[in-house]
Amino acid sequence: MADISISNSSTAAVGSLSVEALAGPQKRARKEALIRSVFLLASLVSILISVLIVVSLVRESWTFMTQVDWSVTWGQNGWRPRRGLYDMPTLLVASLIVTVIAMLVAGPLGLGAAIYLSEYASKKTRSFFKPILEVLAGVPSVVLGFFALFFISPQVIERIGRNGWLVIGAVIIIAYLAVIAGWTRNLVRREAGTELATQIKRVLTLTALVATALILIWWVNSVAGSGDPASADFFSVKRSGQLAAAAVGVGILTIPLVASVSEDALASVPQELRSASAGLGARKLTTTVQVVLPAAVSGIVAAFIIGISRALGETMVVFMAGGAADEATFTSSPFEGSLTMTAGMASLATGTDNVVGEGLTFQSLYFVGFVLFLLTLFLNIAAGRFVNRVRERY
Amino acid sequence: MGLSTIGDNQVARRVEDEIFRSGRDLRGTGFRTLMFSALAVSVFILAVLIVQVVVDGWPTLSGRFGDFWSGTLRSRSSDDGLGISQGLKGSVWIAAFVAFFSFPIGVSAAIYLEEYAPRNWLTNTIDIAIRNLAGVPSVVYGLLGLFLFVKTLNGGQSALFAGGLTLAILVLPIIVITSAEAIRAVPSSLKQGAYGVGATQWDVIRTQVLPFAAPGILTGTLLSLSRAVGEAAPLILVGAITGRLAARDSSLIDQLGERFTAMPIIIVGWVRNSGADEGFGPAAGAAIVVLLALVIAMNSVAVLLRGYFEKKRG
Repeated sequence: MADISISNSSTAAVGSLSVEALAGPQKRARKEALIRSVFLLASLVSILISVLIVVSLVRESWTFMTQVDWSVTWGQNGWRPRRGLYDMPTLLVASLIVTVIAMLVAGPLGLGAAIYLSEYASKKTRSFFKPILEVLAGVPSVVLGFFALFFISPQVIERIGRNGWLVIGAVIIIAYLAVIAGWTRNLVRREAGTELATQIKRVLTLTALVATALILIWWVNSVAGSGDPASADFFSVKRSGQLAAAAVGVGILTIPLVASVSEDALASVPQELRSASAGLGARKLTTTVQVVLPAAVSGIVAAFIIGISRALGETMVVFMAGGAADEATFTSSPFEGSLTMTAGMASLATGTDNVVGEGLTFQSLYFVGFVLFLLTLFLNIAAGRFVNRVRERY
Repeated sequence: MGLSTIGDNQVARRVEDEIFRSGRDLRGTGFRTLMFSALAVSVFILAVLIVQVVVDGWPTLSGRFGDFWSGTLRSRSSDDGLGISQGLKGSVWIAAFVAFFSFPIGVSAAIYLEEYAPRNWLTNTIDIAIRNLAGVPSVVYGLLGLFLFVKTLNGGQSALFAGGLTLAILVLPIIVITSAEAIRAVPSSLKQGAYGVGATQWDVIRTQVLPFAAPGILTGTLLSLSRAVGEAAPLILVGAITGRLAARDSSLIDQLGERFTAMPIIIVGWVRNSGADEGFGPAAGAAIVVLLALVIAMNSVAVLLRGYFEKKRG
């Protein structure tokens, strides 16, 4: 700095002002380069960690894959690693059940919350609900595990199991009534004002009332009856923890993630599309469902994939509330207890300094981990593709 | 009705409908209500969860408050010495590891990626690595910790430093991503101004970029701290103690090499014991109240901080 101002004031010195002089003192450049390389080093740590993860997974699972008798990994009717039985279908099916139920909870709730926050909520409502969702996102998974075991399992899942017919019946009847209602509405609309329409309306209202009353009576009867110890469960429900309870817990954990990624996707839809739609006379519902949602569909798909990957990798909730301890018997019922891939790993490592058991028990941990790692990696890459597609479009 | 004089009956009906039902957008209202109920249900679940946990844990927490803080892991829930002091100690240590390792490395990496990194294959690789690390399930980090710190560095013995380092690695990508976002938000005019008066790149980063990005970086760090404090799966894999752990008075440095536990691990252990010894259930509830208070406090401070600075800058 000082050099330049001097050379400007005296014309004689201009000739000596070279490019090298403008670059400043050597010492300064060296310091800058040093600082830069320190930062570079810090960012290389992430590559190092990735390599270490892959190396540790591949090394130990390679030992497992080369030494294991493959017949013990398939069709053994149970994951019993301490006895040398590593039945993968047991873990895979449990993981599938948990992920599907978790997404049935997190998908609609997360997407619905995102649509409301992005399309309908006033600024004030938003600033009230968003922090709450963020708090939900920060709840540790062990808390959800506790909640799933002591609340969801006895209060929700066991009730559903006990009253299985009731729940299925109610769903069928509600669906039936919805169809009838829609059909009637169209009929009444077509015949609006005529004598026939009024007649139909009367008959159907009466039918609906009678049906509702019958359902209520049946419901009350069944609920009262279920206190009877002799009445058998509709589904056989394992007490104190089952896959379904854990899955609902995992779903609750996944809600904020699905909500925030979908909301980002909805927010990235340009305002012009909404204005244009409104300008053509579409109402809010039409704009949201037929313009905004299709425009954001890639991002919403990404949100679901990220949710699936999160649910697949969630460990503690299933470990605590999944209803199985050290080993699991194969089951395809969400009302039974079992171990997912993640919970299987946690249960193998619990309570001891070392993973002990048959020869390959330690390596089986890494084999399961490797399978899980590949699955989530694949899902995350797929989600990234979808997110990029939204970015490129707008 | 009157309008049926229009030739096409269908059209007439539609027009009539629209006129006489004006202002009554049934489907629209229904949809809106449905979407709102999705949001409301999510919030309601959180409320039920907190109430349930507090109800379960309150008797223990209020009944023997002091003992519960200073107590240790015991094998029976009726033991008067039962408490969470070892878990608190472990969790504080883990937070210290995150602050000491992840924070400086993560922020430095973010600075490199946003301020220095040229567009080449190396930057691309780093970027992909960080993005993918953020999506790796936490158990897998536990496998890394078990392999690297427990088996390779410590001869198969579990130790506090292994747990701390594992969680430091786990939250590193989160810190990098949030810090990078904060740094990206620094207006380039601010940087150009500093360059214009002759500042070097490091001067610009030190005097302009970091002070401006500090609230965002701090928010990200707080969020990742609370994530680390609440995380259990990797600790279980590196061998945190869920059962019984004798209390020991050892120096800070010695503690690093000793067997350890942490708040979430205590909760897991007690919940699993509650099948055989019911008293552990309420104890776990009480420990959860403590953990939840800690985590929610950290998250709220982070969210409020961000809101405050966003408002301040308009």
